[in-house]
Amino acid sequence: MTTPSTTSLAVARAVGSRRTAGLLRTTGGRLGVIGCIAAGLLLVIALAAAFAPVVAPYDPDFPDLLASLSGPTIAHPLGTDALGRDILSRLIWGARITLAGPGLVILIATVVGTLLALLAAWRGGRIDTAISWLLDVLFAVPGIVFGLIAVAIWGPSLITVVCGLAIAYVPYVARVVRGAALRERNMPYVAAAWLQGQSGPGITFTQILPNVQPIVVAQAVSSLGFAVIDLAAVSFLGLGVQPPTADLGLMVKSGFDSVLRGQPTEAIAAGSLIVLIVWCVTVIGDRLTSSARSMR
Amino acid sequence: MSFGAYLARRTGGLLLVLLVTSFIVFGLLYLAPGSPLAFILGPRGGTTEQIAAVTAQYHLNDPFFVRYVAWLGDLLRGDLGYSIVYRQDVSALISGRIGTTLALVAMAALLIAVVGIAAGTFAALRGGWSDQLTSTLAAIGLSTPSFVIGVALISVFAVGLGWFPTFGSGGGGMDTLVHLALPAVALSVASAAYLARITRASVLEERGREHVQTATVRGLAPGYIVRHHVLRNSLVPIVTVLGLTIATLIAGAVVVENVFALDGLGSLLVRAILQRDFAVVQAVILVLVVAFVLVNAVVDVLYTFIDPRIVLGSRK
Repeated sequence: MTTPSTTSLAVARAVGSRRTAGLLRTTGGRLGVIGCIAAGLLLVIALAAAFAPVVAPYDPDFPDLLASLSGPTIAHPLGTDALGRDILSRLIWGARITLAGPGLVILIATVVGTLLALLAAWRGGRIDTAISWLLDVLFAVPGIVFGLIAVAIWGPSLITVVCGLAIAYVPYVARVVRGAALRERNMPYVAAAWLQGQSGPGITFTQILPNVQPIVVAQAVSSLGFAVIDLAAVSFLGLGVQPPTADLGLMVKSGFDSVLRGQPTEAIAAGSLIVLIVWCVTVIGDRLTSSARSMR
Repeated sequence: MSFGAYLARRTGGLLLVLLVTSFIVFGLLYLAPGSPLAFILGPRGGTTEQIAAVTAQYHLNDPFFVRYVAWLGDLLRGDLGYSIVYRQDVSALISGRIGTTLALVAMAALLIAVVGIAAGTFAALRGGWSDQLTSTLAAIGLSTPSFVIGVALISVFAVGLGWFPTFGSGGGGMDTLVHLALPAVALSVASAAYLARITRASVLEERGREHVQTATVRGLAPGYIVRHHVLRNSLVPIVTVLGLTIATLIAGAVVVENVFALDGLGSLLVRAILQRDFAVVQAVILVLVVAFVLVNAVVDVLYTFIDPRIVLGSRK
């Protein structure tokens, strides 16, 4: 063992930078042109949402009652809502919850679903049967109903809906990952690792998990689009995010009242942004899924 | 396996899933914070008679499993409980509203089947620009939540052009059909887009098969080949998706009914949640889940009629 010399550090750095470039290239190759456009758009929306306090021109909650429902002006590029709040600023702030809420749903569902799937695939037998049956029962309830059930018990709030929907999305992740993990489990390299004396959990996490990872990611991203729609729908029903918090689903709802008075700007703006976000996520998910399949 | 044995096994599995879900729906009450009695009566408090009525309805003085069995027995006898808010039997509330939801789902399902299969087949057979356009439209349709479409439809066709009523489900017959037109469109767009996509892929795959080539070489009319050789064979994935879609429509109706203020099960559910009318919440969720499970089971049996090659019970 020698201490790392400056040359080996330089080599390591060069390897590192080549790796980053390679990663960018393979990700780009996986996404294709339209996928890259979608990823770029989503990145812009996510950055604007993350830096909402800096980017948004106005305070999203500041009511300028004299300028309510003003329509697009130079001061308010997208106009104001019924309470005189700047629609553009509320869109930017609203995108935060519209991205973070479903993100949390999918994060929980992916972690729980992947763990269940790996356990089922590794142990097989009765445990596999039990887990598969549990997933079937969860499948027997439509996704959004889980969100509504959670609200019925613990009252309307974002956290309640996120928890309910997270349970609903577990089977969608688990079923796909279980299938993939079962295929990997019967590969020779797993048998080789077992013969070398690696433990079951060790093989699962160091051998099988890295190999099913593309499928896990693809399934998570594909589900994210549906989670955005479900969460926005629950908020639209008045059972999720509560006013005056800026949320895209809620903005469609409050904009709906203005639509009936012939002022559709708020509803159109918030609705279009939801569609754009879901479109970007779905396109990326589709590309990742087809590339994960072709890698097999 | 004979058809009878298959049906018996399928029904057994179905009953088991229904039993478990009914237990979960029953158990919901005990997941709620506070005592069940306080949760049901809520901030309204309650008179002595109301407390006695709720205690009797939920059998609160009995042990947990006795309560469940008693509740299940009530369900099977058609007694879904008593709504505190409406002061009415829940079964009466539901039977008064289920018609609207069924009509809405049926109209949407018809739209999805016709538009989805037609658009998918068109895109697959024409190719080129028509294919590009259909696929792009399908991608956008798939990304649009039903409530956004609903608001857009109301904005354009009800408020702007005045062709359709803004809300309500009409007074029956033609009037109901007109009232349900926009809601059915809003409910069907995403699913029709998805079905179009599946149909396109399925038709494309089937068109490349050798038996289709043979039919073409033998000089059969293109229309005949499409109908009898291509579409017939691509029906399995199409019917699968269509069935699953109809099952999810029942839940999707919850959102659409609220956009258009229809008096269906979905708007009843949302109002019950907001008013903490727990008996109604339990009953409507149970109805939604049972419908979802039943439709899925029917689709499973339908496979065997569409494609005789599928062995009964072999399909998971």
